[in-house]
Amino acid sequence: MSAEESLVQVRDLVKHFPITQGIVLQRKVGAVQAVDGVSFDVRRGETLGIVGESGCGKSTTARLVMRLLDATAGEIHFEGRDITRLKGAELKAIRREMQMIFQDPYSSLNPRKTVGAAIGQPFAIHGLLEGKAERKRAVQELMETVGLNPEHYNRYPHEFSGGQRQRIGVARALALKPKLLIADEPVSALDVSIQAQVLNLLREMQRELGLTLIFIAHDLSVVRHMCDRVAVMYLGRIVEIGPGDPLYDFPRHPYTGALLSAVPVADPQLRGERRELLSGDVPSPANPPKACRFHTRCPKAQELCSQEDPPLQDKGTGTEAACHFPLAREELAEIGVRSAR
Amino acid sequence: MTRYIIRRLLWGVLLLVVVLALLFVMFYILPTADPAKLRAGRLQNPKIIAEIRHTYGLDKSLPAQFWLYLKNLFLHFNLGYSYYSNAPVKELIFNRLPATLSLVLGGAVIWVIAGLSVGIISARRAGSRLDRASMGTALVFVSAPEYWLGLLALFFFASDIGKIHLLPGAGSYVGLTAEPAKWFTSLIMPWLVVAAGTAAIYARLIRGSLIETMGEDYIRTARAKGLTERRVVLRHGLRSAINPIVTVLGVDIAVLLGSSVLVETVFDIPGIGRLNYIAITHSDYPIIQGTVLFASLFVIVANIVVDIAYAFLDPRVRYS
Amino acid sequence: MSGLGDGPLLRVEDLHVEFPTEDGVVHAVDGITYEVARGRTLGIVGESGSGKTVSSLTTLGLTRTQGARVSGRISFEGKDLVTLPDRELRAIRGNEIAMIFQDPLSSLHPFFQVGTQLIEAIRAHRDVSKAAARERAIELLGLVGIPDASRRVCEYPHEFSGGMRQRAMIAMALANEPKLLIADEPTTALDVTVQAQILALLESLQRELGMAIVIITHDLGVVAEMADDIAVMYAGRIVETASAKEMFAGPEHPYTWGLLKSVPSLSASRDVELVPISGQPPSLIRRPSGCHFHPRCPYAQPDHARIDPHLEPVSGNPAHHVACLLQSEQRKRLWAELAKGATPEQAREAVGLPAPETDLARTGA
Repeated sequence: MSAEESLVQVRDLVKHFPITQGIVLQRKVGAVQAVDGVSFDVRRGETLGIVGESGCGKSTTARLVMRLLDATAGEIHFEGRDITRLKGAELKAIRREMQMIFQDPYSSLNPRKTVGAAIGQPFAIHGLLEGKAERKRAVQELMETVGLNPEHYNRYPHEFSGGQRQRIGVARALALKPKLLIADEPVSALDVSIQAQVLNLLREMQRELGLTLIFIAHDLSVVRHMCDRVAVMYLGRIVEIGPGDPLYDFPRHPYTGALLSAVPVADPQLRGERRELLSGDVPSPANPPKACRFHTRCPKAQELCSQEDPPLQDKGTGTEAACHFPLAREELAEIGVRSAR
Repeated sequence: MTRYIIRRLLWGVLLLVVVLALLFVMFYILPTADPAKLRAGRLQNPKIIAEIRHTYGLDKSLPAQFWLYLKNLFLHFNLGYSYYSNAPVKELIFNRLPATLSLVLGGAVIWVIAGLSVGIISARRAGSRLDRASMGTALVFVSAPEYWLGLLALFFFASDIGKIHLLPGAGSYVGLTAEPAKWFTSLIMPWLVVAAGTAAIYARLIRGSLIETMGEDYIRTARAKGLTERRVVLRHGLRSAINPIVTVLGVDIAVLLGSSVLVETVFDIPGIGRLNYIAITHSDYPIIQGTVLFASLFVIVANIVVDIAYAFLDPRVRYS
Repeated sequence: MSGLGDGPLLRVEDLHVEFPTEDGVVHAVDGITYEVARGRTLGIVGESGSGKTVSSLTTLGLTRTQGARVSGRISFEGKDLVTLPDRELRAIRGNEIAMIFQDPLSSLHPFFQVGTQLIEAIRAHRDVSKAAARERAIELLGLVGIPDASRRVCEYPHEFSGGMRQRAMIAMALANEPKLLIADEPTTALDVTVQAQILALLESLQRELGMAIVIITHDLGVVAEMADDIAVMYAGRIVETASAKEMFAGPEHPYTWGLLKSVPSLSASRDVELVPISGQPPSLIRRPSGCHFHPRCPYAQPDHARIDPHLEPVSGNPAHHVACLLQSEQRKRLWAELAKGATPEQAREAVGLPAPETDLARTGA
């Protein structure tokens, strides 16, 4: 993918959190390898989904791209520019172009700030719209756009429901008309009937503003609905990446297959179908398995898997997967992948 | 765990040295009587004063004097001699330590039992009139100065000057080993005075802590298992709620050991607090140094003990 | 006069649970009736504020300490759990009826070893020695699939992973071989692969022990997998009950339709639009008059704001009950339209119903 087409390019991104020990002087004895060599592109205007279970590194990746964390190694390019080590005023300028919305609508809003102040804060930070009246108008416009009543400008977060607070977060994120929006589990904390409202809002905003969206979630159905392309992460690495349809219809990586077979589907007719269940727990990211990270739990693992790290490669069926022995079509039904149509 | 303890002990020693250094500097900056002149007493003869200076090493530089003090302290466990009475400081302090310990530890037992009982009952009946009454009373005791409570107690109950001749009055303290019964009765009023304010604080603390704990999910699980409400409160609830008490208790005792002077004065108990006060009025620096050393030691040790106790109480802390 | 062996294991009749608060009375449960059959699984589906958790907590009397006002009847083995004295209810809790909760990390006491908590659960109802209880605890941990159980029994909850903690909670609940297990959102806090393991575990344990399960969840997929019968709750009332097959094949309540249409499916293509239920869940203090769902219902008619719907059997299937004021025929046609992919507005037009008068449903949530 050429640099002009992709808004974000991430290459070999690494983030290790050091573990220290010592009596007087703390020395590093190990590291939590939260993100361990992740590369992907995000095209302008597309929605990239990142899925994985706890500890896979998806949230850390998002924060690295947003420069909320400093990378241990690797590069992040935004609009062709290397932003990995930017600081100060230059970083602040970049921040106008990318915004984030968070999972917990209850803790991501300052309870002491009115909604109007919260949404208007980006303007203040970047020195835009100095006039009070002007700013208020802009904020109320935003509120209407996201489906909030502009007359509630002076209310406090606790006076809103969870779904409404999430809308406030969206309004705040869109205030500066960023190019990139990263949503970190934006609907996980919401009731089902409200989830659909917020998801529809995000889709609508994306269409209207031509946003590029990185969508992080653990709910595979939501990700399929929202995203053009999907990356599956496990223990700090991307194990499979590709457009939604081929990934869901014909996953090649056994972990993707396990995830898809584990999702309970709202159809009682499918009950009782055999499923391959992954056994045990996810290994600690401080001490990940050698070579292929998944080999300790993989039903298809062979000796090669514990010796050689499989690279992320195009498997000829629409997705790239990091696996020596990718799934064959016949195996999908066996392990109970329900998403195939 | 042992690494943790060693680290804390090392820091503790460092802290002790810093405190002593600060005290040293403070004493020499602030205007006080010249110790050499004090020692000389009536013989205000410059030659004798200079001799005294030399004997005490007061003619050396400040850092040198400090170094000498530290050497004496850590190598010989010698705390110096009183300027006023020439008695060894160590002896003076150790003579008076049992009285202060009796006062403070006895008081601590009372304030823990009283505070916890009132607090637990209040928590279980939160919002009731009993709860409001006991918390209100607690507030009164927290606000009342110790010496005032002490004088009030003597006024009402002392056998010599009180309205009701119930308990021995001021100055009747005797050592535990000398006359156990009299030791006990002479300390009842001082104990209650020491305990009053702190029991009130602890009652409020445990009440808040227990109310919060009882709202936790694991309490719901305990009830769902079919346990009696009593077991749920005392074993599951209290076990968590007591943590803030433990942290506070160690420090409270330690601080009080170093600052019991008011109660000791009112009841005329020969403890370290009294000793310190007298030393200050005489600018008797070695004694002050000694008592401050002990007070700091109590606090540092208490902090370490409390941290270790906390690790025993909360298994999650052990692994961080 | 126990009637054991026939009749439902648990029968909840016209249960009302209210909590007096500073802001007013919270009507958490507003007259619900349902049954749990022996050895079968009932799924209770609802969102936050539906009353699903409160009704189960009340079954075990766990709302008594919160000042709840309870009326109605809960029949279990010939006893009425609503009026049963504390002492007798305690004998049932953790013994004949057990409950597991959503977050296993906060639901296990952080300061006691897992084994200790298990032993406590056993000895609360069985007169056995500590050593015997410990043996049983190790056995239980093995039963729920925790490897190296004899070592694990001395560990603390925070040393277990999320999935293992939930297994430990299940082990604790099963310690005394309950006849009924109530699982309140047992997998919501877990990763999807772990969720699959736990659900499979619950199913196999149910087969082995022949116990009934009530599973409370908001996840339609989970309930489709696990439940034999389903009850859908909204704002403190049951709006629909049916067997799982019926519920997904031919639901008859607009709220159920709303839920089904607003949840993305794993196999649907991207162009399928999600159809959210407009508006927000109502306050349980000031509830809408008449049918609680009417402000958000795309098919509401004027008198729905005045009349209270009651659960009534659906035409053609006496085991399927719905609390809705529309006629059964209308509902069947509406669902037929929705299933074809129509929006609620289109379906309403196709069936010839007038649009709801007041647009209360317009403000976003």
